[in-house]
Amino acid sequence: MTDSQRPDPAALLARIKRDEVRSVGGGGMNADAANPTSAQRGRLKIFFGMSPGVGKTYAMLAAAQRLATQGVDVVIGVVETHGRSETEQMTLGLDVIPRREIKYRGGDGQSAPVRLVEFDLDAAIRRKPDVLLVDELAHSNPPGMGEGGHEKRWQDVQACLAAGINVYTTVNVQHVESLIDIVAQITGVVVRETIPDSVIDQADEIELVDLPPGALLERLRAGKVYVPEAAKHAINSFFRAGNLTALRQLALRRTAEWVDQRMRDYKEDKNIRAVWAAAERILVAVSPSPMAPKLVRAAKRMAAGLRAELLAVYVEGPNADRLPQTDRDRVLQTLRLAESLGAETATMTCGADAERANPATELVAFARSRNVNRIVIGKTQKSRSSEALSLLFGWGAGSFSSEVLRVSGDIDVYVIQGDTSDDPDTATRLGTTAAPRNSPTFQHAASPTFLHRLRLPRYLNALAAMAVSSALAMLAYRPPDLSEESMLLLGGVFIVALWLGRGPAVFASVLAVLAFNYFFTEPRFTLYVSDSGFLVTFAVMLGVGITVGTLAARSRRQAETARDREQRTASLYAMARELAAAHSLAETARTACRHIATAFKADVVVAVASPASPEGIDVIGWGGSSPDWFAAAPADGLTRCNNRSVARWALDNGKPAGFGTATLAAAAGRFLPLSTTQGRVGVLGVRPANPDAAQRLITTDRLLLLDTFAGQVAAALERVRLIDGREAARIDAESERLRSALLSSVSHDLRTPLAGIAGAASTLAESGDLLDSSTRADLLASIVSEAQRLNDLIANLVFATRLESGSIEVNREWTTVEEIVGSGLARHRDALSRRTVRTTGISRNSHLPMIKVDNAMLPMVVHNLIENALRYTPESVPISVSAWQTENTVVIKVADEGPGLAKGEATRVFQRFYRGRTAKSASAGSEPAEPESRPIADLSGNAGMGLGLTICDGIIKAHGGRIWAEPNSPKGVAFLFSLPLDEPQPPIPEDTDDPPQLRPLLGRSINRPNGELPA
Amino acid sequence: MNAQPIGPDHETPAGPPPLILVIEDEAPIRKFLRATLTAHGYRLSEAGTARQGLLQAGMQPPDLIILDLGLPDGDGLDITRQLRTWSSVPIIVLSARGQESDKIAALDAGADDYLTKPFGVGELSARIRVALRHAIRPGTPGRAATSSVYEASADGRTIRADLAARLVRVQAGDEPETELRLTPTEYKLLALLIKHAGRVLTHQQILKEVWGPTHQSDVQYLRVYAGQLRQKLEADAAQPRFLITEPGVGYRLVEGKERMF
Repeated sequence: MTDSQRPDPAALLARIKRDEVRSVGGGGMNADAANPTSAQRGRLKIFFGMSPGVGKTYAMLAAAQRLATQGVDVVIGVVETHGRSETEQMTLGLDVIPRREIKYRGGDGQSAPVRLVEFDLDAAIRRKPDVLLVDELAHSNPPGMGEGGHEKRWQDVQACLAAGINVYTTVNVQHVESLIDIVAQITGVVVRETIPDSVIDQADEIELVDLPPGALLERLRAGKVYVPEAAKHAINSFFRAGNLTALRQLALRRTAEWVDQRMRDYKEDKNIRAVWAAAERILVAVSPSPMAPKLVRAAKRMAAGLRAELLAVYVEGPNADRLPQTDRDRVLQTLRLAESLGAETATMTCGADAERANPATELVAFARSRNVNRIVIGKTQKSRSSEALSLLFGWGAGSFSSEVLRVSGDIDVYVIQGDTSDDPDTATRLGTTAAPRNSPTFQHAASPTFLHRLRLPRYLNALAAMAVSSALAMLAYRPPDLSEESMLLLGGVFIVALWLGRGPAVFASVLAVLAFNYFFTEPRFTLYVSDSGFLVTFAVMLGVGITVGTLAARSRRQAETARDREQRTASLYAMARELAAAHSLAETARTACRHIATAFKADVVVAVASPASPEGIDVIGWGGSSPDWFAAAPADGLTRCNNRSVARWALDNGKPAGFGTATLAAAAGRFLPLSTTQGRVGVLGVRPANPDAAQRLITTDRLLLLDTFAGQVAAALERVRLIDGREAARIDAESERLRSALLSSVSHDLRTPLAGIAGAASTLAESGDLLDSSTRADLLASIVSEAQRLNDLIANLVFATRLESGSIEVNREWTTVEEIVGSGLARHRDALSRRTVRTTGISRNSHLPMIKVDNAMLPMVVHNLIENALRYTPESVPISVSAWQTENTVVIKVADEGPGLAKGEATRVFQRFYRGRTAKSASAGSEPAEPESRPIADLSGNAGMGLGLTICDGIIKAHGGRIWAEPNSPKGVAFLFSLPLDEPQPPIPEDTDDPPQLRPLLGRSINRPNGELPA
Repeated sequence: MNAQPIGPDHETPAGPPPLILVIEDEAPIRKFLRATLTAHGYRLSEAGTARQGLLQAGMQPPDLIILDLGLPDGDGLDITRQLRTWSSVPIIVLSARGQESDKIAALDAGADDYLTKPFGVGELSARIRVALRHAIRPGTPGRAATSSVYEASADGRTIRADLAARLVRVQAGDEPETELRLTPTEYKLLALLIKHAGRVLTHQQILKEVWGPTHQSDVQYLRVYAGQLRQKLEADAAQPRFLITEPGVGYRLVEGKERMF
């Protein structure tokens, strides 16, 4: 960027475009860039530095100024000058997007509202500059800020890039997600505002802004480095030459890594892609431990170094239901972290039954199934107490890590040391403006009180139970043998264990010993023991009590887990079974919503993309209360977390959004994309019915269950779609078949008259002189009639096609049956002059009502029916046309006394390209008809296209009527069609005046009117 | 199609034969028209485009124009309208089947008649004859050939009408002639059709003339009275020979017999 001799802005923009094309065409830096859709994406340039104060913002502004002098439209979205004049001067002359101001009430809800000015994403996108400057990519937005409430500024930037805006931004090395542990090691500071590595990897350009540590310290001393209030006390530990050197190394290395990756991408693209295929797979085991995130990041670094795929797996042990809320949340967050680092995540459960009891075995088996070649685990995967329990009851042969090592076989296992010093609560925050962290929902969910965890009533119950068993023992008190009493007390412990679980059971064991001592051993009603032998009894009693209690409690818990699992399975199964029976998208969605609403006590919607609806998404099914909440605007007004747009986001991005997620957490509902192998079919929206249900919903197991439900729903929706697709494919195939039938039919039927015309015409042209006049006249007549036939054929074809495509507009007008029949017959006048056509009940004297039909189309029906009769019957056979009125229809019948239709032909004649048998073959009773397999000649030896009746069918149906064929009596076939009389008859003016004619002057030669009455 | 005798079949005993301007872009059709019309004794001028056609109509006013509705450089409808601003020359439009609305539009815009492609020579010369007869001929004041007397026969049935005498008679076969008693509306309708015998009249045109401009969309009136009229004129109203329906367009009373007055 030092070349200031660039030509003009146009050339510059062209260069940017060219670069874009090159980066896309050349494989780009990642799969995203290779995607053609990213061609319109903006380019991201990162000014990367090792720490605050190295001059990133200044460098960015300097670059911006250079662009601006070249006429590029550079606009400041957000730049923190921290009041430094030299930086401020660099902003002069650049357009600035005014920041949005919002009031933010602190996370505790008690402190006074804080006025925050934030980057206005909407304004930036509306402004759409060539280059947008956005400082501090790692910045966190206050909740409810930014477009649709992005939590992080880098999400805003992604949105800008997606909108096609080129972005310049700044990043400090300590904010890179995968590096924060190392940074913490170096500086003792844990950074909370992080940027996913993928964002860095996707940058189109990284410019390292470097400053020797000495110079930086110099600037710091000169007060030229801005340090946030919150981190003042951390300065001394942070800005030390040693730290800065280490950070500098880190920054250089990360930049080098990025360059390296570009290089490899380029190479790969030019040479072999097989390198990718041979990629390693790393699996990291996630636990509820606070070290898990660190473990995941370590695994990510390893994966990045090896260019391996990363899988993060949480193995849910048999005690999953007893996991404290905080642990569950931590697991969830760790998995989400892994996702943000680009890992694939999975959760497995084990321990419910004997075969799947061992988490280590399960994990390794899973690793094998996914071709994982390296497993990363933490050193302390289990709490000490559970480890002790394992040892005590032989559950597993040792710690999780040693067990994994034992069964891992050929898979490399990396055991990474956890470090408890990075407890997030004591960590110091450093870097950008203070802002609340994460969604408040989780902090809220993660604060069960000690008492609550203790579940006090259970202990009271245990006390009561032991009191009862002590009382029973009192009744059975028969000194000196105290075995019944001890047995009764142990029985109480056992019952407590079964009933109330392990804690109360241990408590009851202690109570039992105390009660035994107090009530039964001499001296009674004291805690003294005269016989030291009882001490052994006490010890055994306690041991047996605890053991029995623990075992009983465990079996109870397992029974509970099993029951719970069974319930889940049952509800899933019930839903799956009903979904299997659903035949439409709407039905599937309704069924799914009903089940999920019941299982989660929530309001549920299934929405699919629907271009016509707001936000392009619409509900196709819902459960719980009415889906108004989905469409309703948010109540608080602070956010624009309209559920509809959240759902849209989830659908577009394929990630969960809304309540309890990292995106748009302020929304009332949680939206899960319904993804299948074929793509995303829709969105599942769940809004907990009450705060309690909300609490329960965002726990690991419920979320996992919800995911499972979502998977089922997605599969079902896809299945229905596929069925629809198959149906469409079948229709396609059918129309394809018809098309080919049409083609062969057309080529045959059009060629025949053409051949006749060409033959006759060429005969006349070449040897007309040699022919006698009658032959010539014959040939000429055949040319005329063949041409007419060709014309009819084409007209039918065109009309049928238009009818088929629905482009025919029915233009209804009142008319009479007589008119219709008359026009229909008119075009056959020549042919009919040789035939007898009787018309009965047609004339207006028969008082038929008027009908409202298309005056151009309806005569075609009569015409085609007559044509049909003419074509398939010998000349001697009479044809009749009649009409009558039924209750609410008018029926018109065209009948002949010809050979009639064969069995089963009555419906098939209306199919396209169906050709009836010839009268000759039918009357001879010869071979059975195979109408579709070959063209059949009609009486005159002409093949027809079999479109006439299809057209009739189409026209009559377009009029809401019905057409059918039936045997005529005494013989032949009758085609009938009925037209609905669905409108009142129109008014007709009376015309009863006397005839106006004058007495004829020449009247003497004319007879008087003969039985002719005035109308 | 009855073959027409080759030879002049226009009715002007004196003067040059009528000039027909053919505006049609299809060369084969122009060729066929040239052959036919020349054989029938007409003079011919041809134009392949709308522009050229208008130009020619202005430079050498024809006695009749045959106009294709589908020209490459302009809508036949527009040409009809333009021509009608300064000329009352008879216009016969050519159109394809299935374009009833186009035909109606052209007729309402001032065209005199239409022919549906493909058409036979018989039909063509009949239309030309009728159009020329109804036209105001250059140098002939007033409507030349509209007489008050009409006579037509078909299938042994003859209709005779004398509008001056308000008399309509029908004769079937060898039976004696009968006077038809018509209601005022029937008579009005028949009189209109006789005035334009041989020409198509659109529903709108008829409704406007017989029932007045306010009833132009009440097609049912026309249907009923046309039916009543047929009942009296025709042997079989369901198979009319005189009052012909042009489906989707209008009605046409068959051309009367030639009568020289």
